[in-house]
Amino acid sequence: MRHVISVHDLSVEEIIDVLDRAEGMLDIARGQAVNDCLKGKVLGSIFFEPSTRTRLSFETAMHRLGGGVIGFAGTEATSVVKGETLADTIRMVSGYADAVVLRHPREGAAKLATEFSAKPIINAGDGAGQHPTQTLLDLFTIRQEMGRLEGLNISLVGDLRYGRTVHSLAFALSKFGNTINLVSPEGLEMPGEVVEHLEDSGQFGTACHSPEAVIDSTDILYVTRIQKERFPDPVEYEKVAGKYRIDPELVSQGPDNMIVMHPLPRINEIVPEVDAMPQAKYFEQAFNGVPVRMALLSMVIGGD
Amino acid sequence: MSQKYMKVERIDHGTVIDHILPSMAFDVLRVLDLSSDKTMSILVNSHSKKGGKKDILKFEGVELSAEEANLVALVSPQATINIIVGGKVVRKFNAEAPEVVRGILTCSNPNCISNQNEPITTEFRLGPDEGHRYVCTYCERDIVDLAKRIGL
Repeated sequence: MRHVISVHDLSVEEIIDVLDRAEGMLDIARGQAVNDCLKGKVLGSIFFEPSTRTRLSFETAMHRLGGGVIGFAGTEATSVVKGETLADTIRMVSGYADAVVLRHPREGAAKLATEFSAKPIINAGDGAGQHPTQTLLDLFTIRQEMGRLEGLNISLVGDLRYGRTVHSLAFALSKFGNTINLVSPEGLEMPGEVVEHLEDSGQFGTACHSPEAVIDSTDILYVTRIQKERFPDPVEYEKVAGKYRIDPELVSQGPDNMIVMHPLPRINEIVPEVDAMPQAKYFEQAFNGVPVRMALLSMVIGGD
Repeated sequence: MSQKYMKVERIDHGTVIDHILPSMAFDVLRVLDLSSDKTMSILVNSHSKKGGKKDILKFEGVELSAEEANLVALVSPQATINIIVGGKVVRKFNAEAPEVVRGILTCSNPNCISNQNEPITTEFRLGPDEGHRYVCTYCERDIVDLAKRIGL
């Protein structure tokens, strides 16, 4: 495995391979076992956009495997503010590091980075484009909780238009054979190309504007934030934010083994009272970023 | 018909691009980006024998390569290319949409990295379906309103 740019590039076999390796690294991720397979290696972590979980879990993953991390979070103290191109930044960082994790506000940034890097590039989110490592940890969590990745009824809820995680996840789930429901406010529906792909692959369930309409048949309720930074007009944001609120009453209407996932951060789309319910899996999901990213780093840097 | 009544003269040697969608001749010229001092004729909104209207382009002394001719399909897929030698059509073929287009189009997604000041050449690939759509290699989005994305 070399670059990790888009979920489209990953075969079912490669996905399963990453998940299996991640499963085998759970004890190391928890600090209950030691592994220094990346000792002496350096990860370049360059984040042009805010991130908590993705950046910290990549750094944790690298440290847990004995490696080091360089990089920046925010461009204020870098030459980017002087007008340095992404291409030059990547050339430079890839000279210092053994792999580069990149988050950037522009779609296609990770693809561009591959053209200027001698080292593997891992896409940690490019604009409203791809976020493949989030997808992998989502799949890891689904398999961990449900015991399988196929034959599930998954309802994607919230901002399906701008939320990059749901685009990648929908494509990835369709590789396994599932039924996918799309629940979004008006104006934030899933982009046409994703819907077409689901329809063509026979995995489109239903599209609606209310979680109540699908809750009784849902195995996985995947909730996303209404992302303020994707709205050019703050008034428009206020209008739709908070329209979708997942509370204990709604969660209780789902099947007994239903789980609730969320890529986080959440604002008010899942009320805190849900956190204590057995269905709530979003903090386990966030933790799973560590073993999954450990698996990826060991594959792209360690050459396993 | 006598020569003196023809709107555009015949050519002895060169290329005629016929059946261009009406009013698209200038977009075809922009796609081809020909730097030539040879005579060029442009007929816009001409009556077509098949009914309706069409544009025609004639290039005196220029034989378009198949690669160049195929670029015509970006803006006028049904156009026909006629290579003229000695006043006769020696080769006639339809423009075929190229699989990959580099450097001619710009991405219609304003947030695409290819629209930033980066040292790259734009690249678009023909979609797998019959919709004659092109997908940006960088942001993976379909290009919208293709004729307006030429050489911006």
